[in-house]
Amino acid sequence: MVLLQIDWFIFFEKLILIGAIITLAMVVAMYSTYAERKIAAVLQDRTGPNRAGPFGILQPMADGLKLFMKEEIIPTFSSKSLFIMGPMLAMITALLTSAVIPWGTAIDVAGRIVPLQVADVNIGILYVFGVISVGVYGIMIGGWASNNKFSLIAAIRGASQMISYELAMGLSLIAVLMISGSLQMSVIVDQQVQHGWNIVYQPLGFLIFFICALAECNRTPFDLPEAENELNFGYHQEYSSMKLGFYLFAEYINMFMSGVVMATLFFGGYDIPFVDEAALGNAWWVGLLSFSVLMVKSILFVFIFMWIRWTIPRFRYDQLMNLGWKKLLPLALANMIITAVVVLLLNK
Amino acid sequence: MQLTNRKKELDRKPMNFWERLYLPAILKGMAITFSHIFKKNPTINYPEEKRPFSAVFRGVQILNRDEEGRERCTACGLCAVACPAEAITMEAAERQSGEEHLYREEKYAAKYEINMLRCIFCGLCEEACPKDAIYLTQTFAKANYARKGFIYDKDDLLIPNPVTDPEGYNKAKGKIGKEIK
Repeated sequence: MVLLQIDWFIFFEKLILIGAIITLAMVVAMYSTYAERKIAAVLQDRTGPNRAGPFGILQPMADGLKLFMKEEIIPTFSSKSLFIMGPMLAMITALLTSAVIPWGTAIDVAGRIVPLQVADVNIGILYVFGVISVGVYGIMIGGWASNNKFSLIAAIRGASQMISYELAMGLSLIAVLMISGSLQMSVIVDQQVQHGWNIVYQPLGFLIFFICALAECNRTPFDLPEAENELNFGYHQEYSSMKLGFYLFAEYINMFMSGVVMATLFFGGYDIPFVDEAALGNAWWVGLLSFSVLMVKSILFVFIFMWIRWTIPRFRYDQLMNLGWKKLLPLALANMIITAVVVLLLNK
Repeated sequence: MQLTNRKKELDRKPMNFWERLYLPAILKGMAITFSHIFKKNPTINYPEEKRPFSAVFRGVQILNRDEEGRERCTACGLCAVACPAEAITMEAAERQSGEEHLYREEKYAAKYEINMLRCIFCGLCEEACPKDAIYLTQTFAKANYARKGFIYDKDDLLIPNPVTDPEGYNKAKGKIGKEIK
């Protein structure tokens, strides 16, 4: 008698998928560091990294190697276990988001339909929000464990900023959820494939979501937790070697993931514009094509993030709080109520 | 009085709704940064590319030789006297018989040193020299790890022999005598 029947195919299918997605996130984050420097350079009429390999293409490898080779310093006054846990948490939460994203249309592998999604949970977007909220702990614990006043201020800033902006973000999202009628990521995407992208119905919602995403990723103009010139690097000031690397890496993974989430929620996810994927069937190349479409969309967002960083200066702390609580939150509320009314009237 | 025509009257009016939105201004700023993608960058990738020097560029000195490869310097010391930074020292020696192919006149510089850390590349040594023996070239002093390396002696300063190494001689001489009188 078989007590525990495990479908080994699903087991390996998911394992391969997880491996592929994590590798993808890592590679994208690696090259985001390169892209950031290159884009910054181009926007400022400079050349950027061009020494390691042709066009400096090996620069991320050189940076990674450098970080590994650096001396690992743990301050004596810090609490060691928390100090190590900080970057770990930041990295783990950054990677966890990828689990519920539908990366492409389902593909046909030897007669089995394999969805390009690790876990199609019915509360997908709620899960994303949960993981993002836990992400604050990486910053908080890191800043706290450093036992350094600058780090602590940065950590407190980061936490309050993320909590403030999560509210407006959540409210702008509720409007989207009312349109799609589900929290499940795959359903949200399917709904957009059939009825057009959410950006058409929710331009204001998207704007609020985008601004909040910038704040959640600690990107300029909301990079107060790591304000170089006032907090000298903020919460990762005491970190060295690959621990620092993990923090920086986690930031870029977060950026990529928020790009993916935005593309999924507002820009039809893997939907190829003006093409009906359902008619193309489940061939592997359709999956690959839809996946690359999603990648293009999210990388475009990453580019916009960087573009914004090299254009706009940082907010002051009170301006940040004003924008979050007095502008974005009421705006998101109004957007939500109007959407609710319209949805209610149209459904009648 | 208006010195430039770039003067701008400051507008202290409270911002209107459109301006308080900030988004148009942000988009404008982003358009400006985006336009810089298409601008040519002025970078000169130094070791591979070099900035062209002007014809009158004053770089590291060379000690010149005549057409037969003999050193022109007679260790008269005028350059050392002219030098405002006191960078030049030398020791004179008498030419022995059999050394006529090495030194042009009876007296020569046995030791000739220029301290590149002191030198201000003013070119007064070149002006002072009555024998056309010292010239400022189109190259500059290379970086070094120690101060000692910046004290250039005759080995560093002497131009290659035009008889045995004409190519090196012309390269070291550069534009001196062609474009520059």
